[in-house]
Amino acid sequence: MLAYIIRRLLYAIPILVGVNLLTFALFFMVNSPDQMALVQLGDKHIDPEAVEQWKAQRGYDKPLFVNDREDSEGLLTDTIFYDKSVRLFALDFGKSDEGRDIGDDIQQRMWPSLAVALPSFAVGLMVNVTLALFIVMFRASIFDTAAMVACVVLMSISGVFYVFAGQYFFAKLWSLVPISGFLGGVDAIRFLILPVLIGVVAGIGSGTRLYRTLFLEEANRDYVRTARAKGVPELTTLFRHILPNGLIPILTSVVVVIPSLFMGSLLVESFFGIPGLGSYTLDAIQSQDFAIVRSMVFLGSVLYIIGLILTDISYTLVDPRVRLS
Amino acid sequence: MSDLFAVKPVLLWSDALIFVLVATLVMFFIHLARDRLTRQRWTPVFASPVGMGSFIVVMFYVLIAVLDSIHYREQLAAVDGSDNTSAEEVHYSQEVRSLLDDVLSRLKENSEKTYSAPFSIYSFSKENVTLEDGTVIREYPRLDGAGSHLESEDGKAWDIFTRSIEAVLIGLLISGALIALQVQWRFRCPPEGCPLDGNGKPLVTASRHIPWKTLYGTVTALIVLTTWVLSVGEVYHILGTDQVGQDVLVQAVKAIRTGVLIGTLATLLTLPLAIGLGISAGYFKGWVDDAVQYIYTTLSSIPGILLIAASVLLIDVYIETHSDDFTLLAERADFRFLALCFILGMTSWTGLCRLLRAETLKVSQLDYVQAARAFGVRHSRIISSHILPNVTHIVLIALVLDFSGFVLAEAVLSYVGVGVDPSMASWGNMINEARGELSREPVVWWPVCAAFIMMFALVLAANLFADRVRDAFDPRAKG
Repeated sequence: MLAYIIRRLLYAIPILVGVNLLTFALFFMVNSPDQMALVQLGDKHIDPEAVEQWKAQRGYDKPLFVNDREDSEGLLTDTIFYDKSVRLFALDFGKSDEGRDIGDDIQQRMWPSLAVALPSFAVGLMVNVTLALFIVMFRASIFDTAAMVACVVLMSISGVFYVFAGQYFFAKLWSLVPISGFLGGVDAIRFLILPVLIGVVAGIGSGTRLYRTLFLEEANRDYVRTARAKGVPELTTLFRHILPNGLIPILTSVVVVIPSLFMGSLLVESFFGIPGLGSYTLDAIQSQDFAIVRSMVFLGSVLYIIGLILTDISYTLVDPRVRLS
Repeated sequence: MSDLFAVKPVLLWSDALIFVLVATLVMFFIHLARDRLTRQRWTPVFASPVGMGSFIVVMFYVLIAVLDSIHYREQLAAVDGSDNTSAEEVHYSQEVRSLLDDVLSRLKENSEKTYSAPFSIYSFSKENVTLEDGTVIREYPRLDGAGSHLESEDGKAWDIFTRSIEAVLIGLLISGALIALQVQWRFRCPPEGCPLDGNGKPLVTASRHIPWKTLYGTVTALIVLTTWVLSVGEVYHILGTDQVGQDVLVQAVKAIRTGVLIGTLATLLTLPLAIGLGISAGYFKGWVDDAVQYIYTTLSSIPGILLIAASVLLIDVYIETHSDDFTLLAERADFRFLALCFILGMTSWTGLCRLLRAETLKVSQLDYVQAARAFGVRHSRIISSHILPNVTHIVLIALVLDFSGFVLAEAVLSYVGVGVDPSMASWGNMINEARGELSREPVVWWPVCAAFIMMFALVLAANLFADRVRDAFDPRAKG
């Protein structure tokens, strides 16, 4: 087991190197720091000195890969590539284009993100599984058809609409919860109810539909038919046979997103003014702070790869037929 | 007559693509009509009322998008004293218009100063109004372009009612005529004369699979809706006006082109990479497989929206630094739009690629594929005649399923600030602009609602159609 995990971790390294090279190519080779400086400084006819100064302050004035002016020690390390990309592997994110320490920001902001994303994920999963099981109980009936139509309708509504409708009715019209904002401690709950609720509702359509398909696949298997043929009550087959076996593909398919919960949700966080990583990223995109965007891309892929490894491990835990090799 | 041709056609890149798209659709239908096997495969899709109805709704959207893609610039009126006959003297407006603008011209002309509620004849905000005797009071002024023929609010309901009845009747008449023509054609006799059944009546050979009732019903509903909007919209703002007083309905309709194009283009752009890499990974295995798997794991490990945002930011930088290359505002918006579609396509092909790789692995183990390899048939030929036909159903299902996802994604991307150009009409931009107005009292709900409803109708129809296609083509979905 341990050997397997180590091998998987080693396998993750080339992928991270790929991500790193890709972002580096996107941010420094497709568009040179000069062009970035021009856009950031906002004027097309700005004097070159200001551009140089902007670059020097942020360390973009170094050569891309090889620094000829330095001796052997700084030949490869005193470059943009080393400064901005290689250091990411040590989770050293450096400073944002505005001069703030990105690592500190991330540490502060990931907890509010998690406070929204984790309950949304857990409650959403429970609600979807329950609904899907309920629909499977009434499979091939008019209720099943109606529920599927409802799912398609829910799926077709833009996520932004749920946010607007939720804020309008729950916060503005009925004044049940604050419209947006965030406070630490116990007060946070008041601010979290609406974002979590909306996160759950927005996912019901696609989630329930997918889980229903997985449960139905299980319900059509031979052992379920055998169980019913020998007279096991319908409810018992549902909870003893279909539920546990149907949960296997569901749980293994959601494991991959668990580490990414730290990243939060761009949309929900910015609409509800939650100071998490999602709104952090969004602000960086809107103010064109490339250093933050780069760091978040790298962090996001690290978390995703951890998710992939966890998925593989969870397969072996729930299904003894899968062997680690 | 010369006035009619006093325009200069403008072909934007996205226009060209939409025409190619329509040509492909037409070719597909010709193929469908001629090829028996293809027809058999597609029968379950079009035989179901849901499939037929949703298909027609999607096609209605496509039709509007095509109308909105025939662009031209109007000739400017000659300046006094100058001679307009010589070719060099002709100047064209900087504004690019489309055929759809002409259809909606009566609705577009009636612009107001600021917000007004749907069907309202009064402005949304109070203004200083000078009465005849010189006194100034603050009240809601009457709108310029809505209900100006009415004396007061009292006659409004009756006026709307009579106009609606009139419009619906005209719509019914038009669709009735069209349907009658189609029925005539459907029950036409072949040139050699009609075969007769036992009772001496002509035996009709029209297709029995097609749910004609749904087809006619949907078409009638859409035609009636169009005539109603065009006629009532002339004297009222059906969905109100926005902050600068433009008709919301016109904007929502103009946004259709963006939505349809982003859905289709981005979906189509995922195909080359997904098909090429997916099939070669599954077919050649070995190092090709390793390389492809590495590429798609790397790409999919980057959070999608971040990759899109990063790429769009870079496109923005490119446009800013090369702003001389784009003479017209529309050209610049069009370039950004195409770049966005390209980016969406380049970042979303990994899922389909993974599916195709797995399926190709399975298919290439089939006996006849193995036999073909043993006989020394060329790889390109095995792939094109044995592998591809066996995986097309996966491509097709992904094609229709992705479409609605991209339409919805546009709204989110515009909100994030990495969507289409702000000057382009799109649902995302409408929602984004009207967002702050939701906190007004009373609430300005109509621009947001209009965008959501238009988007919802397209996405719902696309989703329903995608479901039918999946049921018909996915072997696992049966049962």
